[in-house]
Order: sequence, then C-alpha cells, then structure tokens
Amino acid sequence: MSAVPDIALSLRHVSKSFFGLQVVTDVSFDVLRGQRTALIGPNGAGKTTVFNLVSGAFGVDQGEILLDGTNIAPLSPGKRATMGLARSFQNIRLMPHLSVVENVMVGQHARTRGLMDLLTPLWLPRNRVWREEAEAQLRAFGLETYPNEVTANLPYGIRKKIEVVRALMSHPKVLLLDEPAAGLNTRETAELKDFLLDVAERGVTLLVVEHDMSLVRSLCDHTVVLNFGRKIYDGPTAEVQNDPGVLEAYLGPRHDAA
Amino acid sequence: MTGYLGGMLVILSLNIILAYAVFLPVATGQLNLGGAAFQAVGAYTAGILSAEYDAPVIVSLFAGAAVSGVISFVLALSILRTKGVYLVLATFAFAQFVSGVIINVDLLGGALGMNVPDHIDGPIIAVAAVVILLLVMLLMQARFGLAMRAIHDDDVVAGLMGIEVRITRVAAFTIGGVLAGIAGGLYAFYFNFIEVQSFDSLSSVYLLLFVLLGGTQTVWGPLVGAAFFTVVPELFRYVVAHLPVGHAASTGQLDTSWRFIILGAITVLMMVWRPEGVVTRTGLGRLLHRRVEKQA
Repeated sequence: MSAVPDIALSLRHVSKSFFGLQVVTDVSFDVLRGQRTALIGPNGAGKTTVFNLVSGAFGVDQGEILLDGTNIAPLSPGKRATMGLARSFQNIRLMPHLSVVENVMVGQHARTRGLMDLLTPLWLPRNRVWREEAEAQLRAFGLETYPNEVTANLPYGIRKKIEVVRALMSHPKVLLLDEPAAGLNTRETAELKDFLLDVAERGVTLLVVEHDMSLVRSLCDHTVVLNFGRKIYDGPTAEVQNDPGVLEAYLGPRHDAA
Repeated sequence: MTGYLGGMLVILSLNIILAYAVFLPVATGQLNLGGAAFQAVGAYTAGILSAEYDAPVIVSLFAGAAVSGVISFVLALSILRTKGVYLVLATFAFAQFVSGVIINVDLLGGALGMNVPDHIDGPIIAVAAVVILLLVMLLMQARFGLAMRAIHDDDVVAGLMGIEVRITRVAAFTIGGVLAGIAGGLYAFYFNFIEVQSFDSLSSVYLLLFVLLGGTQTVWGPLVGAAFFTVVPELFRYVVAHLPVGHAASTGQLDTSWRFIILGAITVLMMVWRPEGVVTRTGLGRLLHRRVEKQA
C-alpha cells in the first residue's frame, strides 16, 4: 500500500492506551496528497489522541504511521518536523516575545543544515534569504502589515494565520491543524477557511481535526470519523451526514421500536 | 585612566562579562544562581597555573576558561533536566560546593586566599569586555540566538519546529561557563589576590539581578543591568554625602552606607515597574520605531 505514490500520510493499525484505558483501537486510514482530510468525532472519540500520535507528542502502542512511505512512529517530534510534518496548535502557540517575522523564521529551523547555518549572523548575505523568504511568505498571505511587531500584541485571528504560515515554513508534506476554528467567530472562521484553501492550493496536504462541521464541509473533501477510538467512517465529506453509523454516534441509537 | 575611575572601569568590565555569562543560560529559560562559582573556577585555575607552575598569563586565562567550560558542560548535562526553582537550587548548591572545596584545599590557599603574582592592566580587561559583548551580540543575531529565544518562550513548540532544545540549552550554559571563567582569570590577574569571599553567593545573586532587572529579552539587557548596578551605587556614594538631610551629629552628613538602602528600594521599584526588565523588546521596538518616523 505504501508504494502507491499519491498517499502522503498513512496510519496502519494504530492503537494507543493510557493506564489500561484503550483510547485508540486499530485505526487505519490514508491521507491522499493534495487532499484536505478532516478527522472528526464526538467528544472523547480519540481524534486529539490520533493527532498527537501523528505529530509525535505520544508514541504509539502498536501500528505504523507512514509519511511518504517511511514509518515515522518511532521518531521524535523534532525529527518528524525535519521529515516534512508540520502542525498548528488548538490554542495558539506562537513565541510571545518574538516578532512576527522571527516566529515565521523559527518555522524554517527544520530546514537548516550544519553549524554555519546556526552560528553565523542572520544579516550576512548568505543568511539573508531566510528573512526574505519569511517576509515573502507573509506577503503572500496578506500578513505583511506588522513584520516586526511582537506577536503577543496582535489579534487572535491574525495570530492563528501567522501560526499556520510558521508551520508552512518547514515546507511540510503534510500540515496537521488542531481545531483551527476554535476561539474564532463566524467571520474569522470564514476568513480562515479561505486562507486554508489558499494554503492547500499551493500544494500542501491538510489533515484537520475540527468540531465545526460547517468549516469541515466547506474546507475538506474527505472525512474520517472516529467513535470510541475506532474508525466508523472514511469517505467523501458530502456523504458523511447520511451515514447511519455516524448519525448513531452523534445522535444516539434510533428507537424505531419505541 | 588610573586610580578610582580606572578601578571602576575594570569592575564594570568584569561585571559586564559576568552578566553575559549568566544571560546566556537565562535567555534559554534557565536561571543560573552559581555565576560567581564559575568565575571562581576560572580564577583559581588561572591563579594556580600562573603562581605554582609559572604558566604564561594568556595560557592560564584560556585554561581557566576551558576548565570552567568543561565543568559547566558536565553540570549542564545533568542539572538541565531540572526546571524553575529546582535548577536555581542546583546551581546554588554547586556554588556552595565550589566554596567548600576552595576553603578546604591547601593548594588553593584555603580561607586565607591566594596571591597571584602576574599582572594584567585594566585596559586589557575593558577590551576583553567589549570583544565578548560583540561576540555575544553576533551569536544572538545568528539562528542559534533565535533558537535560544524560541526555547525561552516555548520549549515544547521549539522542539516541534526541529530545534534541538537540550543541545541548545547545554551549549548556552557551557558558553556562559566559559565567559565566567574568563572573567575569573581576568579578576585574578588584575587584583593579584583571590579569596573565597570574592565569589560568594551574594555575588551570584547580584549577577542574576543584573540580567533579570536589565532584561532577558534582548542582548542589551545585561549591559544596562551591569552598568546600572556598578555605576549607580558609586554615584550614590557621592550624592548621599552631599545630601542636605540627616545631619549625623559630627559630620553633618548622611552615612554613605545609606546608598545601599536607596539601591535596594530602587531594585524593588524596578521589579514592580518593569517586571520583565528595563530593556524589553516592545520598549526597544517603540524606541526604534519612533526614530524611524522622525527620519521619514
């Protein structure tokens, strides 16, 4: 399966338990390159755990996680970043004392090579490309207004976008988004959706954990649904609401007999 | 530049070097309350090599820096697993350990101290301080400095971005140890006498104060902190002596030891007024921004 070229990320029989409590059971699914895949499920379904297993916050008990065919499950989160996996955080985790452009430049770190990149001043001609690239990326997404502002002073919606831009700076093969619409109002969510579609159009594969079904419907073409740690749906987003298993998971079992 | 002003310049230069020695670990979020102990390691290493083995001054200085650096490295590997107050206690305990060794080893002169015959002049120390200041500035302007500041703000996310958090922290702590070792060697050769009291825990507290009150977010903070705590107490010595209040019976002057009380009050006020240090990024940004507007 892993030899099929258009699979960017693939989970193979992944299981995880905490203190004997089985949280994720034998979950397998593929994220196709260039696709926008949503991972949804009721509270406690295990979607955040799956997200953390993929990003490397926890190790898996069993199973494999293949990024471009390479099993990344035994690797540290930092190593996964250098292999082409990037993530955003549910509650924004920008460095508060760093400026916007410096935060974005932190995202480039996974692409640095050797001591010269690390120890020579960033204003040297050989290093100037880093800042120029960061500024260009901010411009590309309409965020060039405050490059030198400390991020703690910026509005929530802007910081959310900056965090995604930072994640893009590692040139990821797959970008994991942890509830990107959390804490945003309706207008900001709509803006974020356009922004993420823009990101995806530039060839980035998205895996999105999200509660907001309207965002999932308008953003993601493919959806995986988890319930009690097991996969119960894996198909087009358009049909997820007609799936009897998903309806039962969200609304409870039907009581036709009653 | 001799006498009082020359001596002040030397103390200021040493304090600046030491402030940057403490600043580097603090910039990665690691408080170091053992700065003076690393200085002591450098001072005694250089002193022994020079006094007992007739090593040239420059060799002794580098050896002091190297020994302090190696000890910092070994210490950092083990104690940088601890965080917050536990790290502060671990570095403090190390400082007590160093004091204990100095007092109890005869070769080091014990409580009587040790004479260091070779001498270096004040201007050399001032030049060393400027060179070290420039090197630290260059380091902080490199990606290594960016990584240090990123770790300070959020070590988990920094790790997820591919930054080697542990290596960066150990490196910053070790470079700090090297700088403190250099300051120690310079101290030994300038004053020609070293004793354990010169590197006590109060000195370590002061070094940390330089950095915390000066500001940890930019490379300018330690410079401002060290300069403030070196120069202002001396200014007060002059000011307090000329205050028209507190007529002490015979002299008609306030005792100059009042300057430490005033300094303490200022320290508390600074902590209330600027808890993140005098020099912050936001403040510096505003200052620079205003200058740009004026030019436009």
